[in-house]
Amino acid sequence: MEQTLELLSLSPPGWGANLLRGLAASLQIALGAFGFGLIIGFFGAMGKLYGSPWVRDLLEVYTTVVRAVPELVLILILYFVGTDIINQIAAAMGRGPVEISGVAAGIWVLGIVQGAYATEILRGAIRAIPPGQTEAARAYGMPRAMLAWRVTIPAMTAFAIPGIANLWLIATKDTALLAVVGFSELTLETRQAAQTTRAYFTFFLAAGFLYLMVTLFSGVIFGRIEKWARRGQPSHRAS
Amino acid sequence: MRAMLIPRRLIMLGLFAAFVIWCALTMDWSWLPRYTPLMLSGLWVTIWLLVVTLVLGFALAVPLGLAQAIGPWYLAAPARTFCTIIRGTPLLLQIWLLYYGLGSLFPQFPWIRESELWPYLRQAWPYAVLSLTLSYAGYEGEVMRGAFASVNKGQIEAARAFGMPKYKVFFRIWLPQAIRQTLPTLGGETILQLKATPLVATITIVELYAVAGRVRQDTFIVYEPLLLLAAAYLVIAGVITLGFRWIEGRGPRMSR
Repeated sequence: MEQTLELLSLSPPGWGANLLRGLAASLQIALGAFGFGLIIGFFGAMGKLYGSPWVRDLLEVYTTVVRAVPELVLILILYFVGTDIINQIAAAMGRGPVEISGVAAGIWVLGIVQGAYATEILRGAIRAIPPGQTEAARAYGMPRAMLAWRVTIPAMTAFAIPGIANLWLIATKDTALLAVVGFSELTLETRQAAQTTRAYFTFFLAAGFLYLMVTLFSGVIFGRIEKWARRGQPSHRAS
Repeated sequence: MRAMLIPRRLIMLGLFAAFVIWCALTMDWSWLPRYTPLMLSGLWVTIWLLVVTLVLGFALAVPLGLAQAIGPWYLAAPARTFCTIIRGTPLLLQIWLLYYGLGSLFPQFPWIRESELWPYLRQAWPYAVLSLTLSYAGYEGEVMRGAFASVNKGQIEAARAFGMPKYKVFFRIWLPQAIRQTLPTLGGETILQLKATPLVATITIVELYAVAGRVRQDTFIVYEPLLLLAAAYLVIAGVITLGFRWIEGRGPRMSR
């Protein structure tokens, strides 16, 4: 027991600081990918609902492919494609190969994956708005942008929150996959600590505990946000 | 079917075909013949893992869901905790915890090291099967909880009133109804499980994904095996989707 605590302590012989640094990197990537994914999802949902048939079909291909192919495969493809594109741009500008930061690459790769799920979630949420609400706003002569900002987005939020919360949990857990590509986030830091000290069980349990704390805490936060988003709406759940 | 073949779709299909032909002609596929046997065995391992863990995981999900839906607190609480832990931590970490963590604890117990099971416990596949099974059970248990709770109580009361013994009520009325309720979700969960299988490549199991990695290491060819892999997963996911649609269409309509 004492040995275990020593291994997990924050100052050097212990590896606690490494784990926390990994956790910070994981959260950073997760937050970035989540935000990037929501932006893609917003435009994707708009395109799927109001876009031209071409746009709709292309978005359908995007969401279908991303949701059917394992994240690990997508991560590798997107990672290599991303570095290829950036290096070709750099070569065209007459520079040598660029060093890409792990956080930026992780956000780009996971954001594309998150975007496909976010597109579907937001599309469903927009479709769930009673059509009378937008019709009423249009009848009053609201311009499109104002209608989106004042009616569609607030009304959609309540429907979208459960799915979005799920998406955030997926984002935090998918950062672990980046360990396979070699980004040093929580899972990879844990593995390195475990390999050095040979205390595999201790470190993986500790990392699991950290992830669990993040997801449980997120659950509480999203519960609050959902309550806030549903304020003023008749609740169908007695709570 | 006719609505699918409008000119726009035909143009897109043509573009897609052009892309496939472009891939076939300009990319380097010289590695493919050499790795075909390995790819096929990888495909077999992926499908085998998928089927085995789905069956075992579902068998575990039923009691997990039941315990949460109607069980007494001393069964419901552990079941809920299990589902929360599985759903709250990354699968990759669970796999590594079992393979490296548990795998490094086992040899410390002489009765395990000297048991008949020991040669198997030194391989990777029991850990792969176990972790994928537990993961699927965690997610599916949550789904089954909802399904068990939503079965019409009147039907169970009616069956009880006819004097059906409890186990018969469960296997003839409750379970079939709950499974039919979950069918749409089951398809999605099956595809999620398919997408989880590549993770066991990190503990030295050579399935589809690991083959692409091996090609990359041997020949430095990156895109071709990954594209082929993505296509293979798309096809498997498509087969699963169609299969579940077929099963759903065949089942008797829900009376509501």
